[in-house]
Amino acid sequence: MNMASQTISINRKVITPLLLLPVWYIIYHFLKPATDWLIDDVFGMTAGSHLTEALRFFIFEVPKVLLLLTLIIFLVGIVRSYFSPEKTRKALEGKSLFTGNVLASLLGIVTPFCSCSAIPLFLGFVEAGIPIGVTFSFLIASPMINEVAIVLLFSMFGWKTAVIYVVSGLVIAIIAGWVIGRLNLRHWVQDWVYQSQFGNADTEGEKLKFTDRIQDGYNAVKEIVGKVWLYVVLGIAVGAGAHGYVPEDFMASLMGKSAWYSVPLSVIIGVPLYSNAAGIIPIVSVLIEKGASLGTALAFMMAVIGLSFPEMIILKKVLKLPFILTFAGIMAVGIMLVGFLFNLIM
Amino acid sequence: MEIKVLGTGCPKCKSLEKLTREVVEKNGIQATITKVEDITEIMKYHIMATPALVVNGKVEIKGRVPSAAEIKEVLSKY
Repeated sequence: MNMASQTISINRKVITPLLLLPVWYIIYHFLKPATDWLIDDVFGMTAGSHLTEALRFFIFEVPKVLLLLTLIIFLVGIVRSYFSPEKTRKALEGKSLFTGNVLASLLGIVTPFCSCSAIPLFLGFVEAGIPIGVTFSFLIASPMINEVAIVLLFSMFGWKTAVIYVVSGLVIAIIAGWVIGRLNLRHWVQDWVYQSQFGNADTEGEKLKFTDRIQDGYNAVKEIVGKVWLYVVLGIAVGAGAHGYVPEDFMASLMGKSAWYSVPLSVIIGVPLYSNAAGIIPIVSVLIEKGASLGTALAFMMAVIGLSFPEMIILKKVLKLPFILTFAGIMAVGIMLVGFLFNLIM
Repeated sequence: MEIKVLGTGCPKCKSLEKLTREVVEKNGIQATITKVEDITEIMKYHIMATPALVVNGKVEIKGRVPSAAEIKEVLSKY
């Protein structure tokens, strides 16, 4: 490629998203009136009937959630390109226990990490002398505070619920990691972990140009939105169906505030279920609409997203069974406390 | 050229292996491709995120699945 054509392609990569942004905003802004126009004027349906309202909900929510998802995932992709497991490890080296837990939980949100990399990451952290408790804060926060979940909570319940979710996830990751650190479970780590010497991973990251980072944003959209859009559509379809047809207080007796046992029950049901955030949140929104309390629904969601059997099976390679059970126990208790707390204050 | 794909068997690791084989075949590159699944072997390459692409002992890509074009570019250096 010669210099001129290179400059053009760079400009195009930066300018395209800038041009798309106002288009995005216009679509987002006129989505509500456009939906109403389509339902009331074009289809000429009777406002207020079950079918009309279910359809209105579906036609409005699907593009809204997908628009928000695309924008946020694009930005998250760019932000994440500034972080890497190596840099995170460097940042955590030599941090004292509590500070380390806080920092690890925060970095868990932004560091690109997939659960199949849990083992190399765990070993890399151990190798650098990062305490196990701090490592766990990272391993808990990373799946628990999920960007797709944030977008869905924001678009279905508003920013307050999204903030509550992020803060609770952080608090659980910090405290659970700290407790695991204090319990000193080193003897329940598989013996070979401390026997092997792998040498330090190089901390040198790839040098990226800003256009590469924008490309990372596109890739993240392609990968994540490409994977979850179907769940979003299905989840909203279920939500739309329940919207009009399931009685309002259907879940109130089972998952309402007055039923104290609902929180532990939700966690017990939620842990073995393994679903991605995109599938679970539209369901949670139905639960809440039908009388479940926010704390209970939040506990259910966190148990489903934050604790997964596949991840525990992966961790079995480096941790002995009692460690994994302790970990799951601490997480379950933490999630329940969050559930009780929000049932109490909301 | 000796190519190794490091990964414990997650979907991303499999897609990197498949993609690498395609690129090698399509461009008639002389190379042996091995998949390394043993975690202690993987850790010898000092990586903290899988999958990874190793060419002649050097880690070229780690923690993500690159595009076919990028793999081709990496391999063309050898």
